[in-house]
Amino acid sequence: MTYILKPQLHHPNLPKNGLGFTRRDYEGSVSTLCAGCGHDSISAGIIQACFELELPPHRVAKLSGIGCSSKTPDYFLGASHGFNTVHGRMPSVLTGANLANRDLIYLGVSGDGDSASIGLGQFAHAIRRGVNMLYIVENNGVYGLTKGQFSATSDRGSKSKKGVVNHDTGIDMVGLALQMGATFVARSFSGDKDQLVPLIKAGLAHKGAAFIDCISPCVQFNNHNGSTKSFDYVREHNEAVNRLDMITPRDPITVGYQPGETVKVQQHDGSILALHKLAELYNPTNRAQALGYLQARQARGQIVTGLLFVDPEAGDLHDAVGTVDTPLNQLNEAELVPGQSALDRINQALR
Amino acid sequence: MQRTRELEPDYFHKVVDCQWACPAHTPVPEYIRLIAEGRYSEAYMINWKSNVFPGILGRTCDRPCEPACRRGRVEEEPVAICRLKRVAADHKDDVTGLMPPPAARPNGKRIALVGCGPASLTVARDLAPLGYQLTIFDKDTKSAGMIRSQIPRFRLPEEVIDEEVGYIHALGGVEMRFGTPIDSLKALVAQDYDAIFVGSGAPRGRDLDLPGRQEAAANIHIGIDWLSSVSFGHIDKIGRRVIVLGGGNTAMDCCRTSRRLGGEEVKVIVRSGFEEMKASPWEKEDAMHEDIPILNFRVPKAFTHEDGKLTGVLFEIVKAEFDDRGRRRLVPAGEPDEHHACDDVLVAVGQENAFPWIETDIGLAFDEWHMPQVDPATFQSTIPNVFFGGDAAFGPKNIIWAVSQGHDAAVSIHKFCQGEDIAVRPPPGATLVSQKMGIHEWSYDNDVSNDLRYRVPQREKAEALKSVRVEVELGFDLSQALAEAQRCLNCDVQTVFADKLCIECDACVDICPMDCITFTEDAPDTEDGEGDLRERLKAPATNLTQDLYVSGKLPTGRVMAKDEDVCLHCGLCAERCPTGAWDMQKFYLEMTHAGGQRG
Repeated sequence: MTYILKPQLHHPNLPKNGLGFTRRDYEGSVSTLCAGCGHDSISAGIIQACFELELPPHRVAKLSGIGCSSKTPDYFLGASHGFNTVHGRMPSVLTGANLANRDLIYLGVSGDGDSASIGLGQFAHAIRRGVNMLYIVENNGVYGLTKGQFSATSDRGSKSKKGVVNHDTGIDMVGLALQMGATFVARSFSGDKDQLVPLIKAGLAHKGAAFIDCISPCVQFNNHNGSTKSFDYVREHNEAVNRLDMITPRDPITVGYQPGETVKVQQHDGSILALHKLAELYNPTNRAQALGYLQARQARGQIVTGLLFVDPEAGDLHDAVGTVDTPLNQLNEAELVPGQSALDRINQALR
Repeated sequence: MQRTRELEPDYFHKVVDCQWACPAHTPVPEYIRLIAEGRYSEAYMINWKSNVFPGILGRTCDRPCEPACRRGRVEEEPVAICRLKRVAADHKDDVTGLMPPPAARPNGKRIALVGCGPASLTVARDLAPLGYQLTIFDKDTKSAGMIRSQIPRFRLPEEVIDEEVGYIHALGGVEMRFGTPIDSLKALVAQDYDAIFVGSGAPRGRDLDLPGRQEAAANIHIGIDWLSSVSFGHIDKIGRRVIVLGGGNTAMDCCRTSRRLGGEEVKVIVRSGFEEMKASPWEKEDAMHEDIPILNFRVPKAFTHEDGKLTGVLFEIVKAEFDDRGRRRLVPAGEPDEHHACDDVLVAVGQENAFPWIETDIGLAFDEWHMPQVDPATFQSTIPNVFFGGDAAFGPKNIIWAVSQGHDAAVSIHKFCQGEDIAVRPPPGATLVSQKMGIHEWSYDNDVSNDLRYRVPQREKAEALKSVRVEVELGFDLSQALAEAQRCLNCDVQTVFADKLCIECDACVDICPMDCITFTEDAPDTEDGEGDLRERLKAPATNLTQDLYVSGKLPTGRVMAKDEDVCLHCGLCAERCPTGAWDMQKFYLEMTHAGGQRG
């Protein structure tokens, strides 16, 4: 653990975004995670993404559960709203917060223990309801805080640091999210920020349930030979299907790729996802194809990364339940308690 | 591209900007840490070994270290290195026990030194402990040359000079003959000294040959001669209205001295623009603080006089024009000439070397500028046993240069007297030691201070102007000294990278507060060895005077490239590194002086 504060001094040429903030303004306190933790790289990726999107920090709510991953919201966006919930219950609290105030940008941060074990049910339901959020699982395949037991996402046959072989099937969070109806699904790697940062930006801009499974090596307990979530293993088996450029409405479009190699997808907010194809036949807007592709590649031992599925026309929970545009927490008493005559009208309609 | 060969001594030396910029290469961060720890005597001795005059330089140095200081690039102002040196000198205990002991017995060699200024005194300091018998000749009645004669007492008290000359005297074997001008080198050579060192300075102040110079001579004075007369008590007053001509530090000393000797209306008038003046910015500031206006772009045309008495100076107003190559020319501004009335003029427009005492027929060669031919590395002249150093060798510079040249000349004299090849120069001594104490503990304070530069307290102006012998600066008190010392970034504690241990986890990149570190594709070998690497870094490395630290190829085929420019040496890269690929290691470099003495 680092005891000193990160120095306030910064590079003299550090750029500012449209709000006048530098990247450093999106930082939080110094990480207390183990040195070299993949989670810290994801935090750096979130900081970079929010800086580039020019998000006002007070418009962001970051929620997490319990675990190494769920500690990380302390280490980024120090000026944003935060809620550290009970173990595995972040999705419900996030859903409630989102229902109460639809104006904030919701970022759920969780880990493989928090989302694939104790919170699996919560995870599945938040996704299938289409809560407008970016849900990031910082997936290291191990219980780091309790010193290295297999987690629910550890692959069958992978080895623990002590050499024990895992006999249980690992849960594939990406497959689960696709099946639960997530409208934006990606997988990335903490060791590849060039890939990760645009995915976070696109996920934050996506309307509906966006999910990123980010493999994040645990340097302390899961970065050895026999692990399938080590730096070396992921680098060797990484199969990126595409490279994403996230183009916000105010960015000039300067994409230097040949036509035919790039697919452009426009999201609700006007942002354009320019996807540069790396796997020739991969179509990121076909859910069934994505599931099949993933399973076939997984069987070959490959780790498929990139933007795996996106539905640009997706709606969210508010659309489904027909809430008013004004956030519920801003409605006044007269609007919330319309009186006996309104109740009578409702009752009448149900007769 | 080539991996950085950081173990070659210059690489890490360059990272310690202050030490690299110092002509004597004083280990600055090391003594600043000792000051922060309250170990003033040890801080003083590090300085003493390296620059011989910590108390004097702590008040008067031209501080080439400060413009180089990394703090000036990451914040507004550099660390007050010079005035921290003074703190060590002011607060040390008795250091006589820490000085080198006198030589057990003389080594039988006799050296004559001409002039008792900083260059000669440095030669004496280096050679005395080795058993040399040293005879210093000086025309003045006291020691220290220009240190005493040209620097006014309100900047440098006499006790400080006496103390630091005293340490050299106490080394034994040093005889100082005052009031003994050397008027013939031939005669000196004939006295069979084993070697002669000429450290006679640049003693002749330039004059201005303008109309009226002769007629008004009684009230026109050469700056350095006048300062010297004030220092030795021969002059104690000046007219009410004084004009100082010239824009260097001597001019600043002249005008401030005038203010203390009865000058009420003192002006500095210079040819050049204010910005281009040779005087150090802080000396200009001090002068203006004492109500001395500095008027620029005025070229003196004539001294006006009436009945044989000076009445003022006539100036032509000029402006700066730049030609295609950016060279500046001063051209008439087309305004009418300006007359400034005054009672006295001090001419401080530069100084020159003068060697009327060196005969032309004794084999000592001079160059086209009438300067002795001196080897810039060995300081040997064309007479093998005659060496030059300080202003006498290469013209007017500052004390710290004289010290550095004195050290080098002493190395040569020692080798010469021992029959060794003087062209073979001793390499500096350098060590590189890990500062790791625990998982996240270092043996230096890596928490970077956010304080801005502290100002040295000064005596009340009215009080300070009463006497030429009252020191203006009071020096930092100990709490200010501690806070100022904490501003030092410990640039000598180096970030050392071990390629083989790196797992490319990006932890160092993520934590680095200054965006110094990048993992990127290797650059092909080019002439300067860097290719386009500088542009591809997380923060483009635009300061070409600062090196890139580049690793060998890592497992992913990339390299680690660190821009040394604005690194805070906070050690967070090493703290966040899971494998110890980064380590903080203290680089300590000392120059090797005569006889292998280090400092």
